[in-house]
Amino acid sequence: MALLEVENLKTTFKTDDGIVTAVDGVSFTLEKGETLGIVGESGSGKSVTCLTIMGLNDPRNTVSEGAARLDGVDLLTTDPESLRALRGMKIAMIFQDPMTSLNPVKKIGWQLEEAVLVHRDVSRKESRALAIEAMKSVRIPRAEQRVDDYPHQFSGGMRQRVMIAMALINEPEIVIADEPTTALDVTTQAQILDLMNELQRERGMAIIMITHDLGVVAEVADEVIVMYGGQVAEHARVDEIFYHPRHPYTWGLLGSLPRLDLEVERLAQIPGQPPSLLNPPSGCRFHPRCTFAMDVCRIEVPPLVSFGESSHLQRCWLDDATKERESARTIASLQQEAS
Amino acid sequence: MSTLLSVENLKMHFPITRGIVFQKQVAAVRAVDGVSFEVKSGETLGIVGESGCGKSTLARCLLRLLDPTDGTIMFDNRDITHLSRAEMRPLRREMMMVFQDPYASLNPRKRVGFTVAEPLEVNGIGTPADRKRRVQELLEVVGLSPEHYNRFPHEFSGGQRQRIGVARALAVNPKLIVCDEPVSALDVSVQAQILNLLKDLQREFGLTYVVIAHDLNVVRHISDRVMVMYLGKIVELASDRELYKHPLHPYTGALMSAVPAPNPKLARERRPIVLEGDVPNPINPPDGCRFHPRCPRVQSGVCDVDEPELLEVTTGHSRACHFPLEHWPMSPEELRQPASTAPALTAT
Repeated sequence: MALLEVENLKTTFKTDDGIVTAVDGVSFTLEKGETLGIVGESGSGKSVTCLTIMGLNDPRNTVSEGAARLDGVDLLTTDPESLRALRGMKIAMIFQDPMTSLNPVKKIGWQLEEAVLVHRDVSRKESRALAIEAMKSVRIPRAEQRVDDYPHQFSGGMRQRVMIAMALINEPEIVIADEPTTALDVTTQAQILDLMNELQRERGMAIIMITHDLGVVAEVADEVIVMYGGQVAEHARVDEIFYHPRHPYTWGLLGSLPRLDLEVERLAQIPGQPPSLLNPPSGCRFHPRCTFAMDVCRIEVPPLVSFGESSHLQRCWLDDATKERESARTIASLQQEAS
Repeated sequence: MSTLLSVENLKMHFPITRGIVFQKQVAAVRAVDGVSFEVKSGETLGIVGESGCGKSTLARCLLRLLDPTDGTIMFDNRDITHLSRAEMRPLRREMMMVFQDPYASLNPRKRVGFTVAEPLEVNGIGTPADRKRRVQELLEVVGLSPEHYNRFPHEFSGGQRQRIGVARALAVNPKLIVCDEPVSALDVSVQAQILNLLKDLQREFGLTYVVIAHDLNVVRHISDRVMVMYLGKIVELASDRELYKHPLHPYTGALMSAVPAPNPKLARERRPIVLEGDVPNPINPPDGCRFHPRCPRVQSGVCDVDEPELLEVTTGHSRACHFPLEHWPMSPEELRQPASTAPALTAT
């Protein structure tokens, strides 16, 4: 059995302007030690998917449907008490912005200890030792002294390390990282990705990495979900997504990225804007921006089906031959190395 | 090509003071600390560096939004370093800026037409009717439609707002446009639209750009020449192709190797040069080469004592390093062993 099974997850928010379906039928499974990358633009539903799994949406205006089973326990329907016991223990989260996710008036050490004391019956002495150990494990130098520092005394990269330490302190089986490196500089990003990779190898935890950066996904993920307008547009192994993409949105994304290794005069661009989820386009969510849009795309939502015999899931009405051809063309245009 | 902008030994130090009545300066944040370069008319100069390297401060100095501590700025063969506000005013229309955050840089209470027309109005260009025509024309140029004239910023998406910001900068036909992180706040699929727009406009109107970004991919795509900054100093300056093919400064190498490539096979083989630690404090920058505490090639007795000068190695390619990279890419092991242990102080 898979570690985490998410089935037909659907999250709707009641807002003043109407009902927003932020996540619309997302399913995936996560195995032990695997890294799943979820890519998408702002408003694609990638973060809400994970907040729903963690039960962190505001219950007053949110309705969640579907199931998210962690070791057989459905996180969506289980009672708050047992959810609290699981959260931070078996499934933990690393948030995007370490500047705002840490309490500025509490010492780093205490914030780490708190995560331990909530879940385990240990003394303060033991919890402090665990906090120092966790800080060492994320390579924070002089952990014994820095445990008594406040967040403002840490740099951005170091604060993100603290966030990682906090998520990992109870050795969870699943870590959800929501844009863990977006607020950081590239060299710091490299350090953090490197660290997460190493920790995953040591502990064998599963990671869900949410990001908008295709580069980061290529780096860390085994499996990739491309989200668009609250739905899964494409879901496949990382090599499949990058070398045999089967969805026009993925082609557009890959073509529109400026790259270090490629010299192009003009970037391929996806016209238009990401859709509003308040009144999403009829039919395929991507059709207003898609250069291949046909009549059927405007009317009917394409199902998420596998491409041919493979496990490569995609949501597009185009016929397989066209997809094959266009995907090859996109990839070929990206491989002309500038001479 | 003539030189549009030339900067000599520019310094911007922000004083840190103590005391309430009698403030005395106790230290200074050396945000920009001796920077010299030129921008030719019609080219794009990209400036990259991590947060805190002084790239935004530099941009603000170029436009005289900040008064530099020392150095000279020549714009169109005229020394603008010490011009008064009144003297600067007629020059302002020659140099415009596109800001990073399209949500914060447009007045939410003003209609788009007003925002875009404001530079025209301030400079007393045309009659109100002329200005309206010009603004509608501009909106079209940047890919919006003239009907957007009467809308408010909140009715637009991020990409469209950035287009408005570009239209405003174009309004008075400037020679120089400084773009501070023009696409970093935008969605991936919209970034390409704005980058293409900037390139098209440059071709059409013969604009000169100074583009500041932390994203090397973006800078690489849009620039003719790229300047890499670290802690208020230029560490390397070269044409974009030259820089990406043959980086000479270890910091440039580290930056480039840290950019994740959207290519899983490359990513698996890639061995990034992971720099230790963080960018030091610009109040008290390290002695010698400012990069030496994090540099994998550091040689004690040289790098921590002598500050390397920015020297031109080949035409148009300068670097400030005692032990520049011999070739690229380099493995971390090779990187740690500079070919000559003797200080390469003289330029060849």
